[in-house]
Amino acid sequence: MTKRDLHNTLAVFKREFLAYFNSPVLYVIVVIFLLASQGFAFFFGQFLDTNNASLTQPFFFWHPWIYVVLAPAVGMRLWSEEHRLGTIELLMTMPLSPWSAIVGKFLAAAVVWLIGLALTFPIVMTVNFLGEPDSGPIITGYLASYLYALGCLAVTSAASAYTRSQVVCFILSVALCLVFTLIGYPGIIDVAVRAMPSSMEWVVRFISYLSFMDHFFEMSKGILVIRDVVYFLSMIVVALVVTSLGLRAKRA
Amino acid sequence: MIQVQNLRKEFGSKVAVDGVSFAVEKGEVLGFLGPNGAGKSTTMRMVTGYFRPTAGSISVGGVDMLENPEQAKQSIGYLPENAPLYSDMTVASFLAFTAELRGLSGVAKSKALDRVLELCFLENVRNQSVDTLSKGYRHRTCFAQSIIHDPDVLILDEPTDGLDPNQKHEVRSMIRRMGENKAIIFSTHILEEVEAACSRAIIIDRGKVVADGTPDELKQRGPTAGSVLVGLSKAAGAKAEVEKVKGVSRSEIVKESGDQLVLRAFASNGTKRSDLARELAQLAQSKSWVLEELHQEEGKLDEVFRSITRSEVEAPAAA
Repeated sequence: MTKRDLHNTLAVFKREFLAYFNSPVLYVIVVIFLLASQGFAFFFGQFLDTNNASLTQPFFFWHPWIYVVLAPAVGMRLWSEEHRLGTIELLMTMPLSPWSAIVGKFLAAAVVWLIGLALTFPIVMTVNFLGEPDSGPIITGYLASYLYALGCLAVTSAASAYTRSQVVCFILSVALCLVFTLIGYPGIIDVAVRAMPSSMEWVVRFISYLSFMDHFFEMSKGILVIRDVVYFLSMIVVALVVTSLGLRAKRA
Repeated sequence: MIQVQNLRKEFGSKVAVDGVSFAVEKGEVLGFLGPNGAGKSTTMRMVTGYFRPTAGSISVGGVDMLENPEQAKQSIGYLPENAPLYSDMTVASFLAFTAELRGLSGVAKSKALDRVLELCFLENVRNQSVDTLSKGYRHRTCFAQSIIHDPDVLILDEPTDGLDPNQKHEVRSMIRRMGENKAIIFSTHILEEVEAACSRAIIIDRGKVVADGTPDELKQRGPTAGSVLVGLSKAAGAKAEVEKVKGVSRSEIVKESGDQLVLRAFASNGTKRSDLARELAQLAQSKSWVLEELHQEEGKLDEVFRSITRSEVEAPAAA
């Protein structure tokens, strides 16, 4: 990456980031996220009833389900909007590598999500006020939650490269994120394992290994395994490569 | 500045551009003409590096577009069809963004910004959101974007589309002015625009270049180019007499009413229109016809355009 690429990535990042704050959609999404994440923790997660100073079960457990819907809502404009407005033609005839644009845009969505996640800080204060939680699982929980969100955003970025319609992109991304979540869900894995002959169990295990959920659970329990971080990062890279292929195909 | 060789583009089984070659030097304004769907936009999109050609080569400012796209794109300013803009930005922030992508920063950036805002008459909408602009302003904003880095090559896809006559005139004179020290390609449907702004024109039809020359040269190819129109009255038997004149290959009656007659005399090869007109005036005098009109036809670009592009449409489709 040259200095010029960095300059271009930054320019695209800045534009995209400001565009988020110029649109009312972002504020709505962040408010929904805050309401949903805290609401789930208190009402379904029995945050207070368990009498346990931990965020793992009551709080982080619900995040993947929230991200499946909200991350596509944040990411759907990334490339669909460029296709719809025709500005993709401007962007791709500028002297910048497509990667600068892809990374710049993705980072903008990522930072937006970082802000959203940071705004959940009251629950951390609450749990610290009420008890003495172990801060390790809270840190890895946040990391896991954020990586999960980034994974969903990267999948959405890939979907948005293929369509000019934000609605199509949203539906497609929710479906894809759901698949990546469900294939690692313990209940579903058990059913699949029982349905398959035992010799095929490794196939199920392998597929479930590819899911976001599998890696999320480990980390949210407070076990920071480099393997899981690497998994999320490589999924993001793969999704961004798919984004770049989509953009190339559109310009074919 | 721009060298295009045997450019070809296929979309699936459809051939959009088929073996287009041309070159544009500094100081030239090349007009791209052609019916809708002829391949003008596709060609421009390949030259600007947006589409990847199926075959052929493109070099801009001596840099190969296919091998070194980022460097080649640096010397190009491009106004896409329909002038796309980010609707959530203000005019100034949009132009600042494009300036940054062009590698400008700091003082150079703000200078470039002020220059194009002035040049494109955008100062009074500087901080207005792109969303709220009228079509003319949107167009000029996108045009400003294409010249913000003062490029050597300008590629404009229908730059006057959707503008009112005054704005069209403005854009045309801007193109002509900038054409003095840049290589410019622009596409249009409006033939008078070609005469007003271009030093050379190419007519594209069904993906192929069917004519290439200065506007004057192209006009010569029209069916009526080089003929002389004579309006006479009280001139019985004029057609036969006119055809006897030296230098007339044939003549036809354009209009006949009462004792008035309008004739078109076609010059034979090597005869000048002006000589022919003089001969015809002398003939009328010697025959004591009343000469009411005498007009040398230069040929019309739209006739040329129609005769070149329509004949192919009417011809049986030959793959």
